[in-house]
Amino acid sequence: MSGRYELRFSGAGGQGLILAGVIMAEAASIYDGKQAVQSQSYGPEARGGASKSEVIISDSSIDYPKATVVDALLALTQEACDKYSHDLKQGGVLLIDSDLVKRQPEGNFNVVAFPIINTAKNEVGREIVANIVALGAMVALTGVVSREGAEKAVLARVPEAFLELNKKAFNMGFEKAIAARK
Amino acid sequence: MAKKVAFMQGNEAAAHGALYAGCKFFGGYPITPSTEVAEVMSAELPKLGGKFIQMEDEIGAMAAIIGASLTGAKVLTSTSGPGLSLKQENIGYACITEVPCVIINVMRGGPSTGMPTGPSQSDVMCAKWGTHGDHPAITLVPASVQELFEETVRAFNLAEKYRTPVMVMPDEIVAHMRERIVFPEPGELEVIDRTKPTVAPEQYKPYDTQFGDVPPLAAFGSEYRFHVTGLNKMADGFPTTKAAVVQAEEERQVRKVEANVDDIVKFEEYMMDDAEVVVVAFGSTSRSARFAVNEARKQGIKAGLFRLITFWPFPEKQLLAISKKVKAFITPEMNLGMCTGVVKGCVEGNAPVHGIFRVDGEPINPTQILDMIKEVK
Repeated sequence: MSGRYELRFSGAGGQGLILAGVIMAEAASIYDGKQAVQSQSYGPEARGGASKSEVIISDSSIDYPKATVVDALLALTQEACDKYSHDLKQGGVLLIDSDLVKRQPEGNFNVVAFPIINTAKNEVGREIVANIVALGAMVALTGVVSREGAEKAVLARVPEAFLELNKKAFNMGFEKAIAARK
Repeated sequence: MAKKVAFMQGNEAAAHGALYAGCKFFGGYPITPSTEVAEVMSAELPKLGGKFIQMEDEIGAMAAIIGASLTGAKVLTSTSGPGLSLKQENIGYACITEVPCVIINVMRGGPSTGMPTGPSQSDVMCAKWGTHGDHPAITLVPASVQELFEETVRAFNLAEKYRTPVMVMPDEIVAHMRERIVFPEPGELEVIDRTKPTVAPEQYKPYDTQFGDVPPLAAFGSEYRFHVTGLNKMADGFPTTKAAVVQAEEERQVRKVEANVDDIVKFEEYMMDDAEVVVVAFGSTSRSARFAVNEARKQGIKAGLFRLITFWPFPEKQLLAISKKVKAFITPEMNLGMCTGVVKGCVEGNAPVHGIFRVDGEPINPTQILDMIKEVK
């Protein structure tokens, strides 16, 4: 299973986690010249319910498109953290929203916690960009794609009027994650 | 000039494949996990002078594409699970009236509403036997975003070439995953159009076998006039109960596919030269299988992968030949043994066939397959 780097973005349906995964994969595939596959799993509900988006990044071609041993996990809700942390590898990155995930899974993980949704709402200015804050944080913590590539991938996905908002969200997530890791 | 490259979802790639093949009409009814096909077609077809119609349900959608195809257009519908069940009566109608059309069915859990967002491979029997009666069946099961594009183009080609419905059946994982795709240039992939009549309109018969097993098809609305019915019919399209005609026509319809299996059957052999344990897999499960075969080889086990790209007609003679020189087959699939049963039928007891079945909405992972390889080697 070498050469694969596996990320999982999880939370509740409607939080934009599938999009966060897509942007991470686009950063790797389009801007960093790596191989990437993004897949998703969600419930039948339009909103709510545990949702996840997985991204596999590799230097060589990717056969199995789903996660095997997760290198980095984002959990924006307690339910997602409980449901999707079982295959996070020992020493893997676990990024959680410190307001919403109070119970951490047992194991030796690199846990980084900060109020992701609250940051989007009160510091960036719109709760809807919480997924981009989280994406910035995942880019910072994993280093699996370049910061420049990821920022380009974010901006390529966003309507003109919201470029600054998303840029701010991405960079705030990046910086907050570095600070929270220390 | 550099080729156009994109990071794209399977369903989107399927829609672009249809457009590449010259599809000009889409009739559909949205259903998870196939809706993105309809979404792309609704956005793109009007720009190309095509028509997109959202029908009242899947039955109507299937009827709409049959009607549109009879006017000469290449046509597509897309659906999933319960939608495929609803389409079946009209799929039979397209079989007996010999109307080219392509159906993309994204496989989700079932029966009934089942697990709308979960992956499955449990529609492969429905693809062949969902509609009643003897009839030809062509079903393609791509395993990547790139292949979903290319196999959709091939589906149109086969539909046009053999005047019959063709199904493209990605599982939900292949349909919803995103990966890199390199778009073929126009002209790079073969695009086949149906054979048009060369006889004068007054001499035209829609099922005239003097032109072979696949008679030319005229367009409704042109100077050619002909009759279309779901009843067993004669060369001129009108109903008949004459035993000899009915028997011959039924056999001809099935023969269109059976006599051309080598043209239709497509598969990939990976690490098969010296393989002793052969995994037969398709769709996303074949990606897990390839991963497992690579791991097995690292451990010195002679494992290989036989990947189905065409599911119907099934590669019967290839698997029979392989069965005479291997120790065992493994058939992982996201259903309770549909492909496994077919493989057993092909290999005539020459080697045991070990199924791995999952219907819990989770993919079959490489470890499950690797464990089985180790067990039966």
